[in-house]
Amino acid sequence: MGKVATREAYGNALAQYGADERIVVLDADLSKSTKTDTFKKVYPERHFNMGIAEADMMCVAAGLATCGKIVFASTFAIFAAERACEQIRNSICYPKLNVKICATHAGLTVGEDGASHQCVEDLAVMRALPNMTVISTCDEIETNRAIKAAIDYDGPVYIRLGRLGVEAVHGEDFKFEIGKGVTVRDGKDVTLVATGLMVQESLKAAEILAGKGVDARVVDIHTVKPIDTELLVKCAKETGLIVTVEEHNISGGLGGAVCEALSENYPCKVKMIGVQEKFGKSGTPAALLEKYGLTAEQIAEKVIAAKG
Amino acid sequence: MDKLRLLELEKQATIIRMHIIDEVFSANSGHPGGSLSCTDIFTTLYFEEMRVDPKNPKWADRDRFVLSKGHCAPALYATLAAKGFFPEADLNTFRRIDSYLEGHPSMNYVPGCDMSTGSLGQGISTAVGMALAGKIDKKDYRVYSILGDGELEEGLVWEAAMSAAHYKLDNLCAFIDYNGLQIDGNITDVMNPEPISDKFRAFGWNVIDTDGHDIEALKAAMELAKRCKGRPTAVVCHCHKGHGVSFMEDNYGWHGKAPNQEQRDQAIAELQQKLDGIEAEIAKVKEA
Repeated sequence: MGKVATREAYGNALAQYGADERIVVLDADLSKSTKTDTFKKVYPERHFNMGIAEADMMCVAAGLATCGKIVFASTFAIFAAERACEQIRNSICYPKLNVKICATHAGLTVGEDGASHQCVEDLAVMRALPNMTVISTCDEIETNRAIKAAIDYDGPVYIRLGRLGVEAVHGEDFKFEIGKGVTVRDGKDVTLVATGLMVQESLKAAEILAGKGVDARVVDIHTVKPIDTELLVKCAKETGLIVTVEEHNISGGLGGAVCEALSENYPCKVKMIGVQEKFGKSGTPAALLEKYGLTAEQIAEKVIAAKG
Repeated sequence: MDKLRLLELEKQATIIRMHIIDEVFSANSGHPGGSLSCTDIFTTLYFEEMRVDPKNPKWADRDRFVLSKGHCAPALYATLAAKGFFPEADLNTFRRIDSYLEGHPSMNYVPGCDMSTGSLGQGISTAVGMALAGKIDKKDYRVYSILGDGELEEGLVWEAAMSAAHYKLDNLCAFIDYNGLQIDGNITDVMNPEPISDKFRAFGWNVIDTDGHDIEALKAAMELAKRCKGRPTAVVCHCHKGHGVSFMEDNYGWHGKAPNQEQRDQAIAELQQKLDGIEAEIAKVKEA
């Protein structure tokens, strides 16, 4: 099966579910990159380009939502979560409006565009907002189901999407529920808790670990907020060590969310793998993952070191 | 507008001003200057222009209003209460811990409030979204917003001005409360947003300059705005901050300060005198 980027899956899902006339899609001059142009081809009368004005896009989305629209607002993660953060906070989250912020080009795997465009803080920033649900999907099927779930859910949702084509993790029968983590590989020695395309890397890392006698469980946390505390506690009880893996800075992202949930409910050792307080840089996605220590081999090494 | 109707609206505006003073006095904080400045715009909108139903505040076909300068919540609350959206007696709970009348308005707490505002620049941008929704749904409701002149220093206002013109939102009408003052002083000293009318014109808006304390002129501007097709309208309202209270008028010190008991009593006495004068005139007109 070929690789599909989650942004691609997003555009296709919008077109698939777009017959619902309440759906309105906004973009900020990036519709070919965010893939909202896929929706535009089918429903041009409900797609609006807001130009290079992300703050306005977020508030216009809020205004549309007050009139009963289900609004999808898309741009790159850096411009959604950070440039327009306060608009999201005050005009979308505070009044709890029905806006879905679908932010593409998240993480290092944007690639050659470099640090200014590689958002590695969005999960932390969006997670800090009351009323916000934060989702980060790993593949085509999960993205498709997440978009459907976001349509059915009344309230603000941030969905983190990637530029890079990724392998499938989930099958057609995959059931998505907001707030419920998914065990994608069972194991008893350690749990790798991953989100986004780190789910695929963690599965590969688990294969490497198996060759070294370590039986690793892998959990896909597609909903970073509200996080599946019950599943995390169960994993901590059953496997001891928890290792979080994210294409995001280690401050306040998936690792932070997992630590918050476990320290309150079942304190245990957590090793956080992610970007170590650094900005990105230009390079191929593969070279970047290597440079920042996020390949399957590097993850496996860190797991073994953490097990001690 | 006939004389009696005009007097009744002026009477209503004076009552709203008295409520504003008492709201800010009872909370011992809030923004009296800008609230008194935009009171006549509020009165004309809610008592002469807007299609709203206090018994059905979420009516889908209602005209919308967004207070982009959200700190002037005292004026919004006094107007909504006077219109019957909630009891006037609640106004003196303004800014209290157990009140629904927040320092800046929340759409989820206040009946008749269409958008939560307070962070400058965002209100007008959300109003663009409401107007766009009206166009998508082919509804005939109109969307109104009041902005401060200092607020025009926010870049987002101009992003919104651009998108409103781009999508030809002739169902959108923004009032600029042009009183020339902001917290730190004269707008031209702090960060000059002038020439205001020329800027909106350059952004593709229909622009009407008017006296922001002349209810007949405001009503005429609203009529002109409705007749303008293909462009949003900016009504640039030349106002006086603190209008109606002698010691607050044109004094930026009253932007965000509550009066003490003595000042409150003087303000109410001045407004009461104005109210008595209007009522005497109403009686005369009715006799004639």
